[in-house]
Amino acid sequence: MAAVEVKNLVKKYGSLDAVKGISFSISEGEIFGLIGPNGAGKTTTLRVLSTLLSINGGSVTIHGYDLSKQAAEIRKLISYLPEDAGAYKNLSGRAYLQFIANFFDPKDTKTMVQKGIEITDLGARIDDRVDTYSKGMMRRLLVGRALMTNPKLAILDEPTSGLDVINAQEIRKLVKSTAYSGTTVLLSSHNMLEVEFLCDRIALISEGKIIETGKPTTLMQKYQARNIEEVFVRTVS
Amino acid sequence: MSGLGNITKKEIRELLTPATFIPIIVVALIFATMGTSIQGLQEQSSDPPVIGIITEDTSEYSAMALTILHTNAKSVFNSTSIADLQNGLETVKQHDGVAVVFIPKNFTDRISQEEQGTIEVYWIMKGTGIMDSISSGTLHLLLSYINTNLSKHLIEQNTSVNASFVLSPTNRVETTFYKNRQFPGISPNTIAGMLASQSMLIPLVMMMIIIMAGGIVITSMALEKENKTLETLLTLPVKRTSIVTGKIIAAAVIGLILAVIYMMGMQFYFKGFELSVGVNLATYDLVLTTADFLWIGFSLFLALIAGLSLCMLLGSFAKNYKSAQTLTFPITMLALIPMFITIFADFDTLPLAVKVLTFAIPFSHPMMASRALLFDDYLLVIGGIVYVGIFALITISIVVWVFKTDRLLTGTTKFKWLKALKRRRF
Repeated sequence: MAAVEVKNLVKKYGSLDAVKGISFSISEGEIFGLIGPNGAGKTTTLRVLSTLLSINGGSVTIHGYDLSKQAAEIRKLISYLPEDAGAYKNLSGRAYLQFIANFFDPKDTKTMVQKGIEITDLGARIDDRVDTYSKGMMRRLLVGRALMTNPKLAILDEPTSGLDVINAQEIRKLVKSTAYSGTTVLLSSHNMLEVEFLCDRIALISEGKIIETGKPTTLMQKYQARNIEEVFVRTVS
Repeated sequence: MSGLGNITKKEIRELLTPATFIPIIVVALIFATMGTSIQGLQEQSSDPPVIGIITEDTSEYSAMALTILHTNAKSVFNSTSIADLQNGLETVKQHDGVAVVFIPKNFTDRISQEEQGTIEVYWIMKGTGIMDSISSGTLHLLLSYINTNLSKHLIEQNTSVNASFVLSPTNRVETTFYKNRQFPGISPNTIAGMLASQSMLIPLVMMMIIIMAGGIVITSMALEKENKTLETLLTLPVKRTSIVTGKIIAAAVIGLILAVIYMMGMQFYFKGFELSVGVNLATYDLVLTTADFLWIGFSLFLALIAGLSLCMLLGSFAKNYKSAQTLTFPITMLALIPMFITIFADFDTLPLAVKVLTFAIPFSHPMMASRALLFDDYLLVIGGIVYVGIFALITISIVVWVFKTDRLLTGTTKFKWLKALKRRRF
C-alpha cells in the first residue's frame, strides 16, 4: 500500500486554479520532493495533504485514510512543517516541545521531548524563551518538533529555508535518517542541490500541473542534464 | 509625489478597509436608534404628570393644593373618599400615570392649628432605572410647589410665628407600589437610587471581563496568525472544538482574574462616593438571596462564554495584531451599551427598539439579572439565560465551522449554497 496516493487533485482559491488535477504516489519510507518555482502550487499541495485546506476535486489517501472524510485520523499520522512557521514566543524551547508532545502521547511525553531536544541540538538554549532564538535556532526547534513525534508521514515545506550552509546540512542529514527509520517524507524545495541529495523521487510542478516525475538520476539522464535545475528548465521550456 | 504624500497615500490605503469601517457604522446605527428612543422618553417627561386625586378635605388649604395639582397635572381620577384608593390606583395605572395624591380630612384644620398637614402620595413605580424616576420627579416638584405656596400664604396672613412650621406647613407620607409589592414610607426615587448603587457592580464587572477577556481572545487569534503558529496547531491531532473551547476557557480565567483586580480598586473608588440615605433595603425584602446569586453567576458565566465565542469569531477575521485591535472595538461597545442602559433605565420601561436591542446583546442579561431577581422577575432571568445559552451554542458552532473551513488560512470560505443560488439567478 502506498503511503500517499494523490489522484487528479484540484484546489481553487476563488476563481484561481492553484492546483490543476495533479496525481502522484509515495511509497512508505520514501523521500519525495515537489520541485517548482514560486506560485507553482507546491505549498498548496502540501497544505492540502496536511489537512489544512479542503479540496475541490480528485482524491487524496494517506496510509489508507481518505483525506476528505478522515482528516482527524490522518492528523495522528502526519507532521507538517510550514515554510515560515513560528513557535509560541513566550514559551521556552523545551516547553514548546512539551506542549506539542502532549497532543500525541500524554502518558509518555518524556521520550518524545528528549528526542526533540536531541534533534534541535540547542544545548542549554533549549530552556531559553523562543523569542530570543535566531532564525536558524528557530528552524532547528521546528524541525525537532516535526520529527520528534515519529510521524508516518513528514510533510516539510522548504525545510532548510533561511538556514546557513552548516545548519542546512545538519537538517538534511536529519531528514535522511528519519526516512531510514521508516518515516515517509514529502518535501518541497527551491534548492535543486538539496533535492538531488535528499529525494528518492521528485515531481516537477509548474502552474499547478506536474510536468515530470521520477528519480533525480533518471530524469537527468532522460533530459541529458547535468543537474535537476537543468532538467527543470528543459521541461518547462 | 513627495515623501509625505507617498506615505500618507499608502497609510490611507492600508487603513481604508471594511474591518475599520463596518464596526463604526454598526455602532453609529445603534447609537442613532438609542438616541431616537431616549428623545421620546425626554419628550414624555416634559408632559404634565398623570395623577389621581382623592380629597376628603374641601376647606381653604386643601383647595389651594388642589388648584395647583389640577392646573399643573393631568388628573384622571377624582374622588372624595380614601376607600376608592384601589380604584384610583388602577385607573392611574391604566393611564400610565405616576401616583394617587390623597389629602385627608383634617388637612386644613391641622395647618390652622400650626401642625403640618399631611399629603399622602401613593406612587406607581414603573421601573427601577434612574431615568424612570423622571416623571415622578415632576410630581415631587409640584408637591414642593404646594408647600411653598401654602408657606407664602401663611406668611402673608401673618398667622404664625413658628418659623419652622411656616416654612414647611406640609409633610409627605409616601407609599410605593411596584410589581404587586407595596413599599410603605419610601419613594420611587429612593428605591431607584439605592438599587442603582447596589446593582452598578455587576454591570461594571461584566463590562470589564468582556473587554479584557474579549481582547485576549481576539489578540490570541491574531497572534497565532502573525506568529505563524496556527497552521501547525491545526495539523495536530486535536479536535477543532477543543482548540476553540480551550482558548475561550483560558481567556475567561484570565479575564476573571483581571476583572477581580480591577474591581478591588474600583470598590474603594466607589466607597468614596457612597451616600447613606438612611434606608435599609432588607426592611423591604430588597436583598438578593444565595439562590439569586447562583442565578446571577450562571447568567454571568453563560454571557461570558457567549461573548468570548463572539470574540473568537471576530478573531478569525483578524489578520494580525493591528487588525485585532480594530476588532475589539465592537465588543467594547457591545459591553458598554447594556452597562449604561441597565444603570440608567429599567428593562420594563425601555422603548421597544431599545428593549429588543438590549435583550439581543448577551452581556445585558447578567447586568439586568440582579434587579429582576429582587422583584422576582424570573421570566426575564431564565428567558435571558436560555437566549444567551442558545446564542453561545450557535456562535461556538459557527466558530468551529470556520475552523474547519479554509477561511482561517486563506480568508475565503466556500459557500456552496450561495454559489448554487447565484447560478440559478444568472
